[in-house]
Amino acid sequence: MAVAPDPAGIRRARWHPLELAFWAVPIPAFFLIADRRQFMSQIFIAGLFALSLDLILGYAGILSLGHAAFFGLGAYTAGLLAQHGWSEPLSGLGAAGVVAGAFGYAASFLVVPGADLTRLMVTLGIGLLASEAANQASSITGGVDGLSDMQAATLFGRFSFGLDGTTAFVYSFVVLAIVFLLARRLVNSPFGLSLRGIRENARRMPAIGADVGGRLRMVFTFSAVVAGMAGALLAQTTRFVGIDVLGFQRSAELLIILAFGGTGRLYGALLGATVFIAAQDALAGISPVYWQFWLGAVLVLLVLLAPGGLLGALERLHRRVLQPPLARLLRKGWRWPAL
Amino acid sequence: MASALSTEGLRRSFRGFVAVDGVSLNLEPGARHALIGPNGAGKTTLINLLTGVFRADAGEVMLGPERVTRMPPHARVKRGLARTFQLNTLFGGLTVLESVTLAVCERRGECGDWLRPVVSRRAALEEARGLLAKLQLEDEAATLTRQLPYRKQRLVEIALALASKPTVLLLDEPAAGVPSGESPELLETIEGLPADVTILLIEHDMSLVFRFARRITVLAGGRVLTEGAPAEIAADERVRELYLGDNPHV
Amino acid sequence: MAAFVGIVFDGVAYGSLLFLISLGLSVTMGLMNFVNLAHGTFAMVGGFLCVTLCSHAGIPFLATLPVVFVAVGLAGAILERLLYRRLYRRSHLDQVLFTIGFAFMAGGAATWVWGPSQQPVQLPAFLRGQITLVGIDVGAYRLFLIALVAAVTAGLGLLLTRTRFGAQLRAAVDNQQAAVGVGVNVGLLFGFTFALGSGLAGLGGALAIDVLGLDPTFAFKYLVYFLVVVVVGGAGSLKGSLVAAILLGVVDVAGKYYVPQIGSFIIYAAMVALLIFFPAGLYGRRA
Repeated sequence: MAVAPDPAGIRRARWHPLELAFWAVPIPAFFLIADRRQFMSQIFIAGLFALSLDLILGYAGILSLGHAAFFGLGAYTAGLLAQHGWSEPLSGLGAAGVVAGAFGYAASFLVVPGADLTRLMVTLGIGLLASEAANQASSITGGVDGLSDMQAATLFGRFSFGLDGTTAFVYSFVVLAIVFLLARRLVNSPFGLSLRGIRENARRMPAIGADVGGRLRMVFTFSAVVAGMAGALLAQTTRFVGIDVLGFQRSAELLIILAFGGTGRLYGALLGATVFIAAQDALAGISPVYWQFWLGAVLVLLVLLAPGGLLGALERLHRRVLQPPLARLLRKGWRWPAL
Repeated sequence: MASALSTEGLRRSFRGFVAVDGVSLNLEPGARHALIGPNGAGKTTLINLLTGVFRADAGEVMLGPERVTRMPPHARVKRGLARTFQLNTLFGGLTVLESVTLAVCERRGECGDWLRPVVSRRAALEEARGLLAKLQLEDEAATLTRQLPYRKQRLVEIALALASKPTVLLLDEPAAGVPSGESPELLETIEGLPADVTILLIEHDMSLVFRFARRITVLAGGRVLTEGAPAEIAADERVRELYLGDNPHV
Repeated sequence: MAAFVGIVFDGVAYGSLLFLISLGLSVTMGLMNFVNLAHGTFAMVGGFLCVTLCSHAGIPFLATLPVVFVAVGLAGAILERLLYRRLYRRSHLDQVLFTIGFAFMAGGAATWVWGPSQQPVQLPAFLRGQITLVGIDVGAYRLFLIALVAAVTAGLGLLLTRTRFGAQLRAAVDNQQAAVGVGVNVGLLFGFTFALGSGLAGLGGALAIDVLGLDPTFAFKYLVYFLVVVVVGGAGSLKGSLVAAILLGVVDVAGKYYVPQIGSFIIYAAMVALLIFFPAGLYGRRA
């Protein structure tokens, strides 16, 4: 499952051409699929959310079935602010991050110590608690009906979130890009290396002087902040917050998205989100029964046949089929990007 | 004379079974001290108590002048206590260089840095490469740890511990699974350890023990049977009986 | 006072049911270290099988119970051998994903075959209504449940302590490597244990139709409860599962009666709190 290491033995932080190509894709998409900009903004948001999970799951190895709790917290924070007249999106985004991060920090003390099963249960419990709380506090959250009378956001006092989704597209894309940049730096940093160390052998880490608990709490908190920001983006771009933002369904879907794309690879989160949201949209006409059944089937096949997800499969394809001719063609050392 | 590592009356039991029963030990700085004893004597439990993996039921652990009995493992490492594991406890999916660099960064306190790439930490990388060179592992720098042959993995075990620049080093059966004749690098490494580092060696390989140790403690049934210079221990009837006789153990 | 006793009684009945279903999950997690989020599916299948036998084959309810037990147990054995066995060595994440996927498939298939609505069940006459016990009116069916589960538990206890299989099972839960070392055929043990656990779950599912209701969302709807029982009781512990299940049953019923506005909040909060102090569960062994 591991990416082939750099011949120097340590990961380089340089941008690989494939990465640049990947980030360039939304630009033509913006123009060529102009009528679906709002839809594409939802892909960016899902990608951001999946990114937050990858940080704790793919890099630190923390299994979570309740990450939607932080997503929902962020969504409700931004939504409530807008409902009460505060429609400046950037500060709403920041507030959502802070609130989600605070809860994430508190939750980390419960989640971090504990084996896989315990963590699954605690995160599941946290997610369910958040769901229940939102349900019960329906006077604030709107309960099952959700928050809807939110004031429309205006970015920088000039750009309003119109129906065409242009502002939504650019706004969510930029936020995603910035957070991704930070995440990429984190992953390549000594902190990121220590996370991988924890994932590889948590027992050895204290023996080399690492405070494992403290470090995991830090990354969990950061992940909660990002999830909260993704939730805020959802609230701001769709002007609606339904109670499903917190539910188990959303947490499970997130796990599936990340698994599809491939964990521990950052781009896996983005790829998985793109494929999943696009598929969900394309198959929207299908009855939910079929969707559930085939989703389950794909998951089963994924685990049995393609454990690294899409990115893992692409990587294997590259290694076995494309690498030799590409290396010859481009002369220089052509390798798959290591992340 | 100040001691580098000492314990007084260390005791630990597991659900009624007393694994370590009032062990007292005193290592002077720069000691080459071996801990031997039959299987089940409590050697690894003792190491776990010294490093803080297990909490002692009674007794104290002193690292130099400092009482570390209540400190968690990583705090003791920061104060200069390092160990290797009897069973390879390595970062399988990291390369050898990454593993050692990680340990070096931890020591240097650089692991809180989440913005700058590891590649830019030149001093840490240089130190890591130097360590690899010293242990004759430079050729394996880019190899994934799990792909290394076993005896090279044992060397990485030691490299990780050395990266913490310890003042006291606990080696838990470094030659486990490697007949001492077959790994000259391992022997060279152990013998080449800096003279100012205090070393406690647990080993079953007697040739290694007698070659390396200046003082030996014999552990049996969780208690210290005897302690002395190698020649005394080799001549001690009780030790002979312990290993060769048919004394039923606890 | 009578209400309180009634609640405790209901809670114990509910807990017994949870215990029956969750036991298989507990042993699977404790023995094979396998996170099986599809366990509720076995219970669901048991329920649907019972309904089908009752309404289409006209078999009386009580007679379907042993059939369901054996059939679901067999299905579990086949599944274990063909699919689950490959996943023992995989990461917990892979196990979670696989079993969620499997549960989705089962849920989808169940909806397609039986439709999304609640399934009815025909209890025999003598199990409907109330019985007066020690001056208190209790549901006859719930009494039957408690009695049945008590009998099953006693049987299991004997199985564990008096048979060779039981000894092997306890040994393997305690230290798998050592068990292999003394010649326990772990593969066979796993298969048999999984079959037993699945069969019990199927039986529980059939019994649960009247108490919890049955529809294709059953597996996920009650999954949390099964997991809570396992985690709070400690994976691999019969006693732990029993205590945790009864506790959960009583707390849930009492909670919904005395403080209905909080609802399931108590369960989740209590579980999270318990896990802080007992990370391996009340009777667990793995820390």
